[in-house]
Amino acid sequence: MENREERIDHTLNHLFRQESGKMVSVLIKIFGTENIELAEDVVQDALIKALETWKYRGIPDNPRAWLYRTAKNRAIDVIRRNKYSQVIDFSDPEKQLLTSGYTLASTMDNYWQEQHIKDDFLGMMYACCHPDISQENQITFILKSLCGFSTKEVARSFLCSEDTISKRLYRTKEYFRKHKIRPEIPALGKISSRTLTVLSAIYLMFNEGYNSTHADQLIRKDLITQAMLLCRSLLSVERTQLPEVYALMALMCFHTARIESRLTEEGELILLAKQDRARWNKELIQSGEHYLNQAAFGNVLTTYHLEAAIAYQHCSAKKYEDTNWEEILECYELLLKIANDPVVFLNRCLVILELKGPEEASKALEKVKDNKLMDKYYIYHATLGEIQQRLGKTDKAIACYKKAIQLTQSKQEKRLLNDKIDTIVNSR
Amino acid sequence: MKEFMFIIRGGEDKYSNTSPEEMQKHMQHWQEWMGGLAQAEQLVGGQPLMTEARTLTERGEKITDRPLAEGKELVGGYLIIKADSLDQAAQVAKGCPSFEYDCSVEVREINLME
Repeated sequence: MENREERIDHTLNHLFRQESGKMVSVLIKIFGTENIELAEDVVQDALIKALETWKYRGIPDNPRAWLYRTAKNRAIDVIRRNKYSQVIDFSDPEKQLLTSGYTLASTMDNYWQEQHIKDDFLGMMYACCHPDISQENQITFILKSLCGFSTKEVARSFLCSEDTISKRLYRTKEYFRKHKIRPEIPALGKISSRTLTVLSAIYLMFNEGYNSTHADQLIRKDLITQAMLLCRSLLSVERTQLPEVYALMALMCFHTARIESRLTEEGELILLAKQDRARWNKELIQSGEHYLNQAAFGNVLTTYHLEAAIAYQHCSAKKYEDTNWEEILECYELLLKIANDPVVFLNRCLVILELKGPEEASKALEKVKDNKLMDKYYIYHATLGEIQQRLGKTDKAIACYKKAIQLTQSKQEKRLLNDKIDTIVNSR
Repeated sequence: MKEFMFIIRGGEDKYSNTSPEEMQKHMQHWQEWMGGLAQAEQLVGGQPLMTEARTLTERGEKITDRPLAEGKELVGGYLIIKADSLDQAAQVAKGCPSFEYDCSVEVREINLME
């Protein structure tokens, strides 16, 4: 039996990750984007009050409602205190009602209605992902304000100093202040392009957790969970239920389904061919299929659609040998047409290697051999090594793998490449 | 546009016998009515008042621990709104939710002391 305090900590941590962003969003709507700190302080206060009160009286029946009520009451205090100050702008007709005792409580209640909470949360997501804000600043701000990460946790996610994170947060807040950004879901004409910015931030966050090179398992899981939570919240409101949102959701489900089989207990990477497919999460694969079906309406084809389709092919193959490489190759061809991405190009070469053998793959890779950028990618050298190895040119293969090892920061990748070299050496 | 004060009197007895649910509904009416005034840019401000009071008389020398008026005469709140004329302001006052509690509303133009 875990003790009471542990249980409270656990409940609060969970609630905080799930709800703090929503509470902050509603409060920013009330106080204005020029008062983000004030909104964050109110949520912090509510959390501390929960911790103190629950310790004595136990966890309430509905902890979420308790937390929201506490934040709401704190907000009422803040409004009363600042009624005549210039801190909060009450000029908006709806906000004017916050200044009278006749209407303060019911106006406040309106702000905290479920539907409004959802919209405000999404509105903040779009505000954070304003195209003029750099992507790293977008994600930093999302993690801090909408996902309830501490500055320390954000710093750990990005493997950089807390100081750097504080600076990024400051810059984004200044941007909001200067441009008087209003958090709102964009109008129909702009929603597609604005949503793509949001999705790319979510996907980057997901990849930070999924591919991340650092060993901190908890932070990695957190990043993945939060990315999926953000995407799911887009799907909870009709206006943002776009095909590309479903596609990204499907993609993340397929990836996450395989996460447990990707690493050994020692944290070493396991290649797709060697993964234990029985450990893949069937429920997540099913959810992925469901989302992928919903992504198919309309005539939008995004990279997320294609990446999800590729991931689906892997998930639906019972054995590695059953993989439908033709379908996958077709997806890669389409992907290259949409975005000429070097990693996509290299992955396509690996598919050709599976499907048509090393000669064809080598021919495909020839096309980029003079590309200076490619030379800096460890994946380029790893791919070239793989092809050389299959061609029987083992010395060349070892040289390629060594080059790749120099270029990657990831311990797991390094180990994987070293293993390949060992295999070649041992078979001689 | 001129400014007018609504002086709301009475209702104390009835308010004290109201269930929380009824009260919430009543406050929702205030919300709707004042919300309409705010949207029309007619609302300046206003507050309900507590019944407890100190009344100062005799050049401030005498302090009484209660309001001078009682019952139907007791001021329970005020509102300041914008309107073109006293008649128009009175029309606006007709919608005041305080009538649900048998209050009276006195409409007075604010004297700009020109």
